[in-house]
Formats: sequence, structure tokens, C-alpha cells
Amino acid sequence: MKILVPISNVPDTTSKISFANNDTEFNKSGITFILNPYDEWYALVRAMELKESGKAEKVTLIHVGLADSEPTIRKGFALGADDGVRIDGEGDAYFVAEQVSNYAKENGYDLIMAGKETINYNGSSVGALIAGFLDYPFVSLATKLDVEGTTATLEQDIDGGTQIVEAQLPLVISCAKGMAEQRIPNMKGIMAARTKPLTIVAAGQNNNFTNVKSFALSAGRTTCKMIDENNMDELVQLLHTEAKVI
Amino acid sequence: MSTTKTKGGEFLIKETNAQDIFIPEQWNEEQLMMKKTCDDFIDQEVLPILDRIDSQEVGLMPSLMEKAGELGLLGVSVPEALGGMGADFVTSMLTTEALGAGYSAAVAFSAHTGIGTLPILYYGNEEQKKKYIPKLASGEWKACYCLTEPSSGSDANSGKTTAKLTADGKHYILNGQKMWITNGGFADIFTVFAKIDDDKNLSAFIVEKEFGGISLNPEEHKMGIKGSSTRQVFFNECKVPVENLLSERENGFKIAVNILNIGRIKLAGAAIGGSKRAATQSIKYANERIQFERPISKYGAIRYKLAEQAIRIFASESATYRASQNMEDAIHELIAGGMEKAKATLKGIEQFAVEAAILKVHGSETLDYVADEGVQIYGGMGYSAEAPMDRIYRDSRINRIFEGTNEINRLLIVDMILKRAMKGELDLMGPAQKVANELVGIPEFSEPDDTLFAYEKKLIANFKKAILLTAGGAVQKLMTSLSKEQEVIMNIANMAIETYVAESTLLRVEKMVSMKGEASCEVQLAIARSYINSACDKIWIEGKEALNSFAEGDELRMMLIGLKRYTKQEPFNAKAARQTVAQALIAENKYCF
Ligand SMILES: Cc1cc2nc3c(=O)[nH]c(=O)nc-3n(C[C@H](O)[C@H](O)[C@H](O)COP(=O)(O)OP(=O)(O)OC[C@H]3O[C@@H](n4cnc5c(N)ncnc54)[C@H](O)[C@@H]3O)c2cc1C
Repeated sequence: MKILVPISNVPDTTSKISFANNDTEFNKSGITFILNPYDEWYALVRAMELKESGKAEKVTLIHVGLADSEPTIRKGFALGADDGVRIDGEGDAYFVAEQVSNYAKENGYDLIMAGKETINYNGSSVGALIAGFLDYPFVSLATKLDVEGTTATLEQDIDGGTQIVEAQLPLVISCAKGMAEQRIPNMKGIMAARTKPLTIVAAGQNNNFTNVKSFALSAGRTTCKMIDENNMDELVQLLHTEAKVI
Repeated sequence: MSTTKTKGGEFLIKETNAQDIFIPEQWNEEQLMMKKTCDDFIDQEVLPILDRIDSQEVGLMPSLMEKAGELGLLGVSVPEALGGMGADFVTSMLTTEALGAGYSAAVAFSAHTGIGTLPILYYGNEEQKKKYIPKLASGEWKACYCLTEPSSGSDANSGKTTAKLTADGKHYILNGQKMWITNGGFADIFTVFAKIDDDKNLSAFIVEKEFGGISLNPEEHKMGIKGSSTRQVFFNECKVPVENLLSERENGFKIAVNILNIGRIKLAGAAIGGSKRAATQSIKYANERIQFERPISKYGAIRYKLAEQAIRIFASESATYRASQNMEDAIHELIAGGMEKAKATLKGIEQFAVEAAILKVHGSETLDYVADEGVQIYGGMGYSAEAPMDRIYRDSRINRIFEGTNEINRLLIVDMILKRAMKGELDLMGPAQKVANELVGIPEFSEPDDTLFAYEKKLIANFKKAILLTAGGAVQKLMTSLSKEQEVIMNIANMAIETYVAESTLLRVEKMVSMKGEASCEVQLAIARSYINSACDKIWIEGKEALNSFAEGDELRMMLIGLKRYTKQEPFNAKAARQTVAQALIAENKYCF
């Protein structure tokens, strides 16, 4: 079994977010970029487990982005991926999914494991779009995955419980919390990372169907208000007038 | 990497080019990834269980060490052929820094990887290395180092533990008592120092717990690092095969000294790691804690502390990595000259033993300063065992005691410098004579140089003259009795420490400016100037005390005038500089340099 893990390069969760060019662009300066946690902790780590248990022979990373995201690909190598592909271009989810699918079509993968979403735009659409382009079955938000032969067994959270589904390879899935445990890359992996092959492929046709017009920050959480324990009236008053819940 | 070869201790008489030093802004992607792995390990595996670690839950520390071993953290400086990563020395300093934030676990790891593993790695023969190192690097075996005894601490060569060859010549029989042995409670491998028959000097032995004849006292009750195992270890007719003698007979003291050189700079690295995290906690608390309706980080008294914590950390870090790269370069040069790697590593590091001792003192005292002010910033919560500063404060204190007390290290700084001068390895006499001549000559009134750093460089050059003036005077006046005048030696050591660290800080910022431009280094410039300003005043006080103690009359007056000239500064607004530093920290809500 050959596994393809599409990964994305996202700002660290502690980053201070700001915008440039009249709020039309994300301001990258001073931002540390990381491997999207859903791609890393769940998709890639589970893929590595499948490889370590002998069920997969190869795990390949694929990223659609510019050269400055290569450190993130090497982080994936440090975690154990065998090789990687960077498709040199940028665009919306449709564009990314189309590029990944074109590559996957030519190179043949049995299982494509995406994260359930990225932590920057939370679009949750790339996995499904890839499945659409490839005409493969798609299982979203999987919390467990096992593979026997060409059959994958997956678990998904549903309202109030879980459901177990079975699907045939080739298959695209999106991975959610529970799929695997976060791993810390070990020193050997880090040192091996620089020797792993990274292929750079020119992006194909530029099909971008969406355009960001502008960004704005949310108001954010307001500070906590402390009320004296003897002052129930004030509490009731505030719940009514400010919080508007009673 | 340097274009010109640097020698240990030479900073006293030579100017260094900023481009020749390594600065932390030059870490590459791979090194930073390794640091991140260490940080993640501390965050995920150590910090959540600090109370359990400190209660010495049975088996917990060994299992943590095994986890660290799986990640390769115990074999960073071990060659790949022996199961390690084969990383270079500077990289191992960076991982040491990151793991240094691990409280008791940091002590256990560094005792294991440093004094526990390195004697075998650097002095062991092929069989010994093959047998022990891979299992130490993986964490399967845990190591400790048994040098100190109840009656032999700072005077380490005076140990009473004995080793006697058996009649058949196949074993040494060890008898004696060791004290304060880190990791003693669970170690499998003990490096033991003992004297064979009536030898004057110690020999070293690799002793397996399995050999028998080893017993342990209960855990010591300590002020801090409560989770680190510290035991008395008794050797009672302990039978050690002759092939487990490490290196040669009577070579033990030399092994101890050389391993300590490495231990000292590593301790400085670990202290930087602990200091950065403690500073970050101080900043976060100061930003959150409201008194008189404002966060306490708005108050100048608190800003002073936040800034000063950061200034000292930045300075200590600058000096530590400068020296680390100097060691690295020296090692490579020796290897290129045909020396075998283990030997080259020891020799290369030994060349910078003066710097290692300086860094040990400065790093441990910076950590203590940061911890102490951290407690103060937390106020009552600083005194609460529920809040983090309590543990930081207690755990930091040991660093001024082990790996040679800071007094012993200060004595060593001056002793090593003078010995090198005596041997002709370091030309102090020429420059000292020049300073003496300058004193009686007419002061030069050259045009002020307004270029960036010219003024600060002149100050640093003057600090060196102040040292030469004071030390030169002390040698001349006190002659051989100088070694007994410890107060004067402490003065000179402090002058050397401040000078080396101030210079390193300036060189780092100069190199940063050349990389990023002056505009984006405004805060770092404030840090460097602020450090140099304080260093200058300290050097004046230390020098004055020394001179007043051994010179008199006109000669004293003349020397004091000289010292004053060498520590003269233009007015400097330290308050404004600290405000600049504090504001950056407060805005970032963490130690951010
Ligand atoms: C928690 C802990 C862990 C340790 N781990 C280990 C370990 O793993 N292995 C090991 O072998 N040892 C270990 N040690 C021992 C440590 O290295 C010694 O405690 C240290 O070297 C000081 O020796 P001492 O305690 O005998 O103090 P002393 O030597 O008795 O010193 C007492 C004071 O006198 C000063 N002093 C001593 N001699 C002089 C002098 N000539 N001139 C001026 N001042 C002087 C010292 O600076 C100090 O202030 C550990 C100690 C502790 C507390």
C-alpha cells in the first residue's frame, strides 16, 4: 500500500495575526509556520504507524506551496515520511486539490490521508475535493483507521456516539482527533530529513475560483468580570442587560 | 568557521572580529528542529509531572530517561557508530540548553550524558566503549559519577577510596564511601575514582552495579532538585575486573578535570534554558497581575527586573555560544592535524577552560538572579509552593555549588590565566607593560569616533587594560603570595568575567546588525549598552578594592587614576535602555531574544 499525505503550512497557534495591503493579505512577517497539526498528529502519524506495522510500504508527503514552506515538509520527513513532493504554486482549496489529484493520478496511491482541516482557514474541503477529482470514495472526520488487504475500517464520531464504516481502497479520508497520538520527532529522524528526496513539480492549470476580498479580526473574548458573592442582584442585572441570557 | 584562530584566554589581550564569532541568530533549520524536539519533550513529558518527579516516585525518573533515550536525546554527542547522533559540539550545547529547563530531570539527564557517559566515551578503550556507550546512549543503562567523598569535595584529589589488585592480578578490590552521587539510586554504571595502593593521584574505574559490593544510603533530603536522586554510595570489597580500569593508572584526576571543563560550559547552557523559561513566566505573571488597577508590568520597579533578567540572559547566552564555537573550531583544527576525535574534543575544550569556568559562574549566577527576581515579581505567590517560582528558586541554587563551586571556578579562572602566561602560551607581559607605560605617559586625546560600536569597543578595550593593570600590579606586589590572597583573586576573576561577557554581548549585537540592519536591532543594542554600562561600574569597584588592598601611597594613587581612566564612561541613561528592553518583553509576553 502506498500512502499520500497532503500537508499544509500554517501559522503557529500562538502567532499574533495581522493583515497587510489594506486587509487583503495575511501579514507573514514575524510569523512562525508549522506543519498543520491535523495533518501531522493524525494523518501523518497514523500513516507512519501503518508503515511500521508493515501494512504500508511507503508514505509520501505532498504540499502545494512556495519554496518557503520546505522546512515544514522536512519536519514531515523528520517524523518519518519517505519522500515528498512540492507543487510550486499557491491558490484556493480547489486549486490545491486539483494539483494534488493530478499528481496522485499519475503516481497511483492506495490511500490519501488529509487532515480534517487546516488551523488557519479551517476550510475542510481539500480532502473531499481530491476524492471528487479522483472519483474515489471519501470518508470524512475519521477518528480511527485500520486496513486489511484492500479494505479500510474507519470510525467516525456522530451525534451522541460513533459509527464504524468500511470502504475499499483506493480511498481518500480526512483525519480527526483520536486517529493517532502526537509524536515528537526523534534526533535520528531529524538528521535523516535532509537526505530524503523532495521533488518539485511545476503547478498545472491555474483554476482559482475564489478570491479573498478582505480579512478582519473578530472582537475576541472580553475580560472576565468579577462580582462580589453577596451581590446577587448585580449578577442577575448583568446576565440580563449585558450577557442577555435571562 | 572563524577566519582567524582564537586561543583560550586570549580575549584578555586581543580584539575579536564580530564576524568570527557564532551567534544564536545563526542556528540552522536542523538545529532548531532538534531544539524543538527537546522543548516538546520537556513540555509534554516533564512539566506535567513535576510533583511526581519531585516525590521520587519509584521508577519514574528511569522511565523518563528511557523515553529521552528513544528520542535520541541521551546520545546527541555520541558518535553514530556507538549508537548516538554524532552531532557537533555547538549543537549539543543547544539541546543541553533546551533540556536545561527540565528541573530535576535536567540534572538527571545531564549527569547521565555528561559526567556519567563522557569519561567512558573519551577515555575508554574500544572494548569499553563498545560495551557501555550504546546502552548509555539509548538509556537502557543509567550512569553516575562517583568522585566526591565526605572528606573530599572541592579538594577532589584527596579521596580515600582505595583499589587493590588481587593476588591473581585479575581484579581490583574497591573500598570506600562516596557522597552526593547524582542518579546513584538507580544507576547501573558507576564511574568511580579511587587510589591504587599508595598512589598520589586518583585512578578511574568503570563499575557495574552487577559486580556486587555496592550499597546505597537513603535519598538525601535536599533544598531543591528534589526529584534528582542523590545518594551516598558505599563500596565494600567491590570486585572490578582489571580491564575496567579507565585510561591509565593515576590518570583519574586528569579525567575528572577534563570532564569538568565540558560540564562547566554545559551547565552554563542548561542555566540559560532554565533562565529563559523563568523569565517568560515572570513576564506573563507581570502582565496578568493587576494591582492599583494596572498590570504590575506597567510599574518601573517591575520593568527594571524584567529587563535586567533578559539583559543578563542575553549576555550569558552570547558568551556561551561564542565559546562553544571556539571550542568546536579548536576541535576541528586538531582533528585536521591528525588527532583522533575523542582526544581532539578534550583538547579543544581544554584550550577554552578559562572561558568554561567564566561561563559556569556567569550562567549559574544569572539563573539565580532570574529566579530570585522571579519570586519577587510573583510577590506572595512567589513564596507559594503552588506557583512555579518556588521550585525554580530552590532548584536553581545547586548550580553555584556543583561542577566546582563558583569560588573554586573563580580561583581557577585567574590561576589558569597566570599559568598560561607563565608558560608563554598567553602573552600578558607585553600588554601589561604597555598599560604600565600608558599610566605614566600623557593621556591621548584622540578625536571621538562616532561610528556605530566604536565607543563601546573602546570601553571593552579599556576593561582589558583595567584587568592588566590590576592583575599586573597584584602579581608584581604580591608575587608568590598572590595565590593566598583570595579576595584579590576573586576581584580579578570578576573583572575577567564581566569583560568576557560584555565583549561577547557587544560582538553578538554587532554581528546581528550586520545581518539585519541597525533598525531591527534597537532592543538588542539597548541590551548590549546596558550590560556594558553595569559591567564598567563593576569592574571599577572590583579593581579599586584589589588595588586598595595591596598598593599604597603615590603608587596606589597613580594606579587608581589609571583604573578610573579605563572605566570612564559617557553619561548613559540605563533607565531608558531598560524601559526599551522591558517594553519589548511585555509586548511579546515572553522572553523574546
Ligand atoms: C545535589 C548535589 C549533587 C551532586 N552530584 C555529584 C555527583 O554526581 N558526583 C560527584 O562526584 N559529586 C557530586 N556532588 C558534589 C559536589 O561536586 C560538591 O558538593 C562540591 O564540589 C563541593 O564540595 P563540598 O560539598 O565538599 O564543599 P567544600 O569543598 O567543603 O566547600 C565548602 C565551601 O568552601 C569553599 N572552598 C573549598 N575549598 C576552597 C578553597 N581552596 N578556597 C576557597 N574556598 C574554598 C567552597 O567554595 C564552598 O563555598 C553533588 C553535590 C550536590 C549538593
